[in-house]
Amino acid sequence: MSTGQPPMPAERPQPTAPRSYHFPRFERATLHNGLRLVVAPVSKLPLVTVLAIVDAGAVAEPADKQGVAVLTAQLLLEGAGQLDGAALADRFERIGASVDSSADWDVAAVSLTALTAQLPEALALVRDLLRTPTFPEREVSRLREERLAELLQQRAEPGTLADEQFSCAVYAPTARYAAPVSGDVASVRGLQRDDVLAFYQERFHPGATTIVFAGDVTMTQARALADSLFGDWTGARPPASAAPVDTAQPGALTRIIAKVDAPQSELRLGHLGIPRSAPDYFDAVVMNAVLGGLFSSRINLNLREAHGYTYGAFSSFDWRRGRGPFTVSTAVKSDVTAEAVKEILLEIDRMRREEIDETELTLATSYLDGVFPIRYETTSAIAAALANLVIHELPGDYYDRYRERVRAVTTAGVLRAAQAHLHPDALRIVIVGDPATIAEPLRAVVGAVEVVTPDVAEAAR
Amino acid sequence: MRIPIDRFTLPNGLRVVLSEDHTAPLVAVNLWYHVGSANERHGRTGFAHLFEHMLFQGSANVGANEHFELVQRAGGTLNGSTWLDRTNYFETVPSNQLELALWLEANRMGWLLPAMTQQKLDTQRDVVQNERRWSMDNQPYGSWWERLPALCYPVEHPFNHSLIGSMADLDAASLDDIATFFATYYTPDNAVLSIAGDFDPAEARAMVERQFGAIPRGQGKPPLPDMSLPPTFGEPLREVVPDDVMLPRLFLAFRSPAFGTDEYYAASVAGAVLGLKKSSRLYRALVREQQVAADAQAFTYDLSKGADLLVVDVTARPETTVEALEAAVHGEIDRMLRETVTQQEIDRVVTLIETELVAALQSASERADRLSMFTTYFGDPGLVNEQADRYRAVTVERVNAFVRERLVHENRASLLYVPRDEAEASEPAPVQGDLAMAEAP
Repeated sequence: MSTGQPPMPAERPQPTAPRSYHFPRFERATLHNGLRLVVAPVSKLPLVTVLAIVDAGAVAEPADKQGVAVLTAQLLLEGAGQLDGAALADRFERIGASVDSSADWDVAAVSLTALTAQLPEALALVRDLLRTPTFPEREVSRLREERLAELLQQRAEPGTLADEQFSCAVYAPTARYAAPVSGDVASVRGLQRDDVLAFYQERFHPGATTIVFAGDVTMTQARALADSLFGDWTGARPPASAAPVDTAQPGALTRIIAKVDAPQSELRLGHLGIPRSAPDYFDAVVMNAVLGGLFSSRINLNLREAHGYTYGAFSSFDWRRGRGPFTVSTAVKSDVTAEAVKEILLEIDRMRREEIDETELTLATSYLDGVFPIRYETTSAIAAALANLVIHELPGDYYDRYRERVRAVTTAGVLRAAQAHLHPDALRIVIVGDPATIAEPLRAVVGAVEVVTPDVAEAAR
Repeated sequence: MRIPIDRFTLPNGLRVVLSEDHTAPLVAVNLWYHVGSANERHGRTGFAHLFEHMLFQGSANVGANEHFELVQRAGGTLNGSTWLDRTNYFETVPSNQLELALWLEANRMGWLLPAMTQQKLDTQRDVVQNERRWSMDNQPYGSWWERLPALCYPVEHPFNHSLIGSMADLDAASLDDIATFFATYYTPDNAVLSIAGDFDPAEARAMVERQFGAIPRGQGKPPLPDMSLPPTFGEPLREVVPDDVMLPRLFLAFRSPAFGTDEYYAASVAGAVLGLKKSSRLYRALVREQQVAADAQAFTYDLSKGADLLVVDVTARPETTVEALEAAVHGEIDRMLRETVTQQEIDRVVTLIETELVAALQSASERADRLSMFTTYFGDPGLVNEQADRYRAVTVERVNAFVRERLVHENRASLLYVPRDEAEASEPAPVQGDLAMAEAP
């Protein structure tokens, strides 16, 4: 460089006084048939998101019909009322409305985002697909085959394969959570139109449905629309979904799913987690943020920034009604796999052994506190947050109190959460990688290591 | 819908764009540097992206790892990304932390080099090589990221080579390279700074002047070679890649008009008619009706110089042969040539695109990024407010002119992935020649 350094910059600036923020105000109502409404008027842009959630998630499936919840939700878009799937798609798209329908573990969800002017027409279509889906045989079979293609495809995707095999290793075979939310090959292959119809008839009723509106709409307008489109929808409230079976496999285990010559190991390490309703939810969230939830977390700084083993390493609790998994997830260069596992084990152990520093605590709490308004910039994010209230039966002031509850977490609370919810003696370690490179060094770190081929792993499901 | 725009330029050449919105107490800061992998040459690939990683490693007043930590402690989100013709860095922070974000960006624009060490470079090289393994080498179809541009642009064209870089070139990058690259491209007159959200314009301007004012103008950067190309490839191009995949997948690319031109909008509309959502021609025909594909979509690279690419991306169903997949995709393109696009099809996609624009502009980060983009490429942030009009102005004649000129056989480049076992059983190993990625020994 020919130019010298410019004069040094000003001191690091201090924040000015924060401006107040509150989560968008919302109101609730219930129609005569039991259908519930949640409406958050946000009139920044001429846009509305509608999120209809139905108590029809994967945990509500009959035991031998895994995958029927997702298939049913997807099929809502493939024929309703007088329209076939192509015509439905065309009607939504001609008015610029974006629509999606899917299911997760806990609920089925139809989401719609449209310009305000198009809301009545778009919502009338949503009424059709929620109330009068036709489930054409041809589309049932097409979506089933597409799911089977996806499952086939995933066997070549090391990350997805690792996720799937990790669930399998954490949960007892009888637990619904052991299999993918969309079902595995054996179950999906058997799904028929009758199964979809039966699931729909049992689960999709006004009393099991909540419609969330967020955006350029008032309660009066939302209520009038809902009354006219859903007011005469009848049906008994279905039985509440049974508590999900979420039992763990006992003991620790390390299993390599062989991918010969893989340049990287896809690594999943963890065990049974805790449900969303856990009383120490905030302690657990902050604990996870420090351990592996943030970019500046212990695990990421260790594996990525100190060692260069990986592009990124993270940990998470998967928050479900039942006990979702706690997972540490990363992809590391093959020849450092054992070292990476060792470092993760050390970080988990350190988290349980001693209180975190005050500076680590405030990094996590001030991040979660400060980022709160940034999370709710869009109508779809606000609608999803409101749906969460319903799915997890959170109190109405949950979002108003969120930031103070985060700030109230202490280093002692974090240590308690680590000791209660991290279980080094029950770790299930699943690695998709090259056994010739990684198996021996791993044995030196964890002891016994199983090596299986993807086919064996698949067959064992 | 229009967003407000205010702009000024500092004496050192830094262009600044402000867009106020007081809906929520947050503000997005976004910096575009007009440099990307196109500014590299063969043998030195991956440098622009490796350099992006180094910009998170601290500067004279910011410790290693402190950049991320300071923003997260402030309650902000952040990242950066590298593309063929630009690199961007961005944060969204609570509005009372605006000056912190500006201070961090100014620090690394002005005072990066004192903080660079061999150890940091070595670690980030390892991180980037792992990013490459994760996104490409250990990912089914992952190599399309570098094979498709290599197939579609001539060898000496700036868009031809790998963005993430070869392992060997990454190994060869030195601290001297870092210093030279920094001095050449990371200068205020090669950057655009956009601020969108909750701020007072006079205060924001004072902050920008305070933080960036002392950074000297650069000495100019080497011009890119002439990037213009004929409107078509001139002949069909084809590369077959046996890979660890379960299903065949075809990337069919067309050379198309550069981003921002009137013809670009016609191309974008034609692409959407082919592959945007479920009423698109490809989804309807290949996924829904013929059921030969599990998925079908189309997209553009949005390159503003030389020539863009329109890409159709179709994955086969398990029972579909490679031949049937190719025939079905080409069949749909041929049908578009034969039967032309209708006004009704254009209305559908323009309405969809308009709604997507409004939805995207809800986020301060998106607004700031688009302001930076239009200023960097065209010197005019106001173009962000003209996008809906540009799409509405697309006529059926223009779309069909694009189709006739560009969707012809001599403008089709096929990058075809086939399951390795099938490939070995049915055809000789393909010649890869100079398309093969250079690997470290």
